[in-house]
Amino acid sequence: MSFFVGVVASGVATGAAFALVATGFVVIHRVTRVVNFAQGVFSVLAGMLCASLLTRGVPHPLAEVVAITVSVIAGFLVGLVAIGRRGIPPLASLIITLGIGVLSYAVVIFFWGDGPVSFSMLQGRLDIGGVTMLWQYVLIVAATAITFGALLLFFNLTYVGKALTACYSNPFAARLVGIDVRRMGLLAFAIGGGLGGLAGVLLTPLQPVEFDSDVAIAINGFAAAIFGGLLRPGSALIGGLVLGVAEALVSGYSGFASLQSGVALVLILGIMVYQAGRRPEGAE
Amino acid sequence: MILEVRGLVVRYGQATALDGVSLEVGEGEMVALVGPNGAGKTTLLNTVSGLIRPAAGDYRLAGRLVQVPEGRQLFGDMTVEDNLRLGAWRVRDRDLSRIYELFPPLAAMRQRRAYTLSGGEQQMVAVGRALMGGPQLLAVDELSLGLAPLVVQDLAQHVVRLNRETGMAVLLVEQNARLALELCARAYVLEAGRVAMAGASAELRRSPAVQAAYLGGAVAS
Repeated sequence: MSFFVGVVASGVATGAAFALVATGFVVIHRVTRVVNFAQGVFSVLAGMLCASLLTRGVPHPLAEVVAITVSVIAGFLVGLVAIGRRGIPPLASLIITLGIGVLSYAVVIFFWGDGPVSFSMLQGRLDIGGVTMLWQYVLIVAATAITFGALLLFFNLTYVGKALTACYSNPFAARLVGIDVRRMGLLAFAIGGGLGGLAGVLLTPLQPVEFDSDVAIAINGFAAAIFGGLLRPGSALIGGLVLGVAEALVSGYSGFASLQSGVALVLILGIMVYQAGRRPEGAE
Repeated sequence: MILEVRGLVVRYGQATALDGVSLEVGEGEMVALVGPNGAGKTTLLNTVSGLIRPAAGDYRLAGRLVQVPEGRQLFGDMTVEDNLRLGAWRVRDRDLSRIYELFPPLAAMRQRRAYTLSGGEQQMVAVGRALMGGPQLLAVDELSLGLAPLVVQDLAQHVVRLNRETGMAVLLVEQNARLALELCARAYVLEAGRVAMAGASAELRRSPAVQAAYLGGAVAS
């Protein structure tokens, strides 16, 4: 029983981090219609940068904050390259993000080498009536909950948040009322970068990152994101948690941790086949 | 002049949508732009709205032009209130009370999603959203499209009243020439990207060519 609870707890924690990556996909796709294949890069970058800062003696919350800030900037820059030129079609932008993802390997290897990088997690366990949970898991879940709350308030209550939604709802009308859809797209990329970065600093202590870890991170995030057709952050959260728990159960009971990504890929395939069958036009 | 268009040429690839169009709207004036489907009316509006770059010619705006687009183009899954507030993106004033005064039914449905509204109600939101942008020139594209005659009359009277009471100029783009010539003192007839006729609505209504092409023969006095 306690093994089961432990596996589920770790699944919820990693799933929450996947949900953050997924929401990065969703926020960017909603506003720009671009699937940002460089989404996993932000997590790798933030995780590695945070580890470097910590080894250089930067204290804990500060190192994370710096790493996340840098990934916000990285998100903005990726956006600038991908959608900066006026009238560039979303499919071309998608290919550009794919290219940036590959290019990032060179950058990461140049600064951090090609080995795994990690840093130590929060020490100790939380004990609730005999069920114990790593503090790191608690941290991930709490950070994710706060982030989703903040996003909910941002998109539903602020004027800029509503303008972002308007770009998704009707890009033509958004331009008519004077919203600069391209600038909103860059803002979405910056938010996406921040979400990826946050997931990176939360996950790195659990799963060391390498230069090409972005692929696994992006696949998990993408699988969670297409739960809501790449359009709904709420569904991305549910998708992330389902995926995280499913992967933890598979690797926990099979004993093969490498089966994890397989779960995400099977989920992606399953959802895509289901949706293709439901909407033969391929509406989205 | 609030809007002065001179020799405007717009091309989509090989096709010429506007072929040297000149047109004027005076301060506080209400002008109709009529013509068949595909004549270039919407292209003209989108060009002076800054959405399309002309190949030649130019236009001068002496105030803010806000467009009520064809087909209303609301933010369908957002609330009526959000639609109206987003109309004020360019300006500071986001007070919706004047819109609710103008269109009282909207006040009761402010929290409803725009796509759940009837066509006429949606057109009210579209006009209200444009008014939130504080226009000196309101360009209405196909106010009557897909709406029942009574609803159209009601909306049209609102626009006329706004024009009289606030001095806001109006450019009414309509396929329904009868309506447009009734509401506006002056009109332009656009055909195949060119101004085919222009002048006082009363005169245009008497012109046999206009009667035959746009008014279905006889004119109701």
